[in-house]
Amino acid sequence: MLAALVIVFREVIEAGLIVGIVLAATRGVPGRGRMVALGVAGGIAGAGLLAAFAGRLGAAFAGAGQELFQAGVLIAAVAMLAWHTIWMSSHGRAIARDLRALGAAVSSGQSKLAMLGVVVGIAVLREGSEVVLFLYGIAATGGSSAPGIALGGGLGVLAGAAVAGLVYRGLLAIPAGRLLGVTGWLITLLAAGMASQAVAFLQQGGVAEVLVEPVWDTSWLLADGSIPGRLAHTLVGYTDQPDGLQLLVYALTVAAITLAGRVVRAGPTHRPAHAPARGGAT
Amino acid sequence: MPLAPRRAHRLALPLAALAVIVSPVTPRAAEPAPIEVTIKDHRFEPAEITVPAGQAVRLHVRNLDASAEEFDSPALKVEKVIAANGAAIVHLRPLKPGRYAFTGEYHEDTARGTVVAQ
Repeated sequence: MLAALVIVFREVIEAGLIVGIVLAATRGVPGRGRMVALGVAGGIAGAGLLAAFAGRLGAAFAGAGQELFQAGVLIAAVAMLAWHTIWMSSHGRAIARDLRALGAAVSSGQSKLAMLGVVVGIAVLREGSEVVLFLYGIAATGGSSAPGIALGGGLGVLAGAAVAGLVYRGLLAIPAGRLLGVTGWLITLLAAGMASQAVAFLQQGGVAEVLVEPVWDTSWLLADGSIPGRLAHTLVGYTDQPDGLQLLVYALTVAAITLAGRVVRAGPTHRPAHAPARGGAT
Repeated sequence: MPLAPRRAHRLALPLAALAVIVSPVTPRAAEPAPIEVTIKDHRFEPAEITVPAGQAVRLHVRNLDASAEEFDSPALKVEKVIAANGAAIVHLRPLKPGRYAFTGEYHEDTARGTVVAQ
C-alpha cells in the first residue's frame, strides 16, 4: 500500500504543483475556477485515452510515438506559458497596483485564461496517464494486495491535491503587489523546465541526438528519482545529469520569455490605440 | 539591442518544432541490431545487460505481462511506458564505462536491472 501511495503521489505531485501555481497566477480572475476544473477534467479524460492507446502510440513513428507525443504536448505547454507570461508583463505592472483591476483586465483576455486551462490539462494528462496505467495494471492482475494498493493510490491522489493546495496557499501569502512578479518567474522557470524535458524526450526517441553528453552530475546531492528531486524537476526543471542540448534550450527559453516580456513592456506606444484602454478600464 | 531578443524569441520554439519535423525518425543504418530484453512476471530478462561503452545502442523491450510497465532510469535518462503485451525500443545514449540501474517503475520491488557499459 505504501509503495502504491508513493508511486501515485510522485506523479500527482507534479501536476499538483502546476495547478497550484496556475491558481495563484490567476488570483482574482473571474472564471478561473471553471477553467482549471475543465483543465483537470479534460486531463483526466485524456489520461484514460492515452493509457488505453499506450500500445498503439508507442508503436507509431517507428517506435518513437510516445516520445514525440510527450515532447509535442510539452512544447505546446511551453508556448502557452510563454505567451501568458509575455502578455502579463505588458499588463501586469498596471494591474498589480489594483488587484480588483486584474479581474477586469484579464477577463478581456479570456483566451489567455484558456491557455492556462490547457496547461493544467496537459500536466494532468501526462502524469495522470501513468497513474491510470499503474492502477489498471493492479486491477488487471488482481491479487490479494489489490485493495490495499487501490487505497494507497487513492491516498496518493489526495496527498498530491494537498500539495496543490499548499502551494496555492503559500503563494497567496505573498503581498498582492509582488505576487504577479513571483508567479511570472515561477511560470518562466516552469516553461524552461518543460522545454528541457521535451528535449530529453526527443533525444530518448532518437530524434535529436546532439549534445547528448551529460554536462554535470549532481545525483549525489539531489537525485532525480527522489521526491525532492521531482519537486525541483517540476518547479525549475532540475535534472541531476543535464546534457548540453537541455541546458541550451533551458537558457534560450528563459532568455526568450524574459527578453520578449521586457520588449513588450518597454514599447506600449507601438500598440494599437485601443489596447491600453482595454487593460486600463475599471 | 531590441532586435536581438525578438529574434531569439521568434527562433526558439520554431527551432524546437523544426527539430521534430526534420530529424529522421528511423535509426541510422550503421547502428547494430537492438538487444532483446523481456519483461515477464514483473522481472527483466536478462536483468544485467552488457553494452559497449561510448556507443549508442537500442534495447528492444518486450512486455509479456498483462499489465503495462514503465522502463525507468534517471541514470540512463530513460522513462518509457511499455504497454501490456507490447514492445518498445529504448534508445541508450553513448555511455561511459560503468553500471547504470534501471527499474520497472510500476513494480519496483521485482523489476530491477542494470546496464553494464564496458
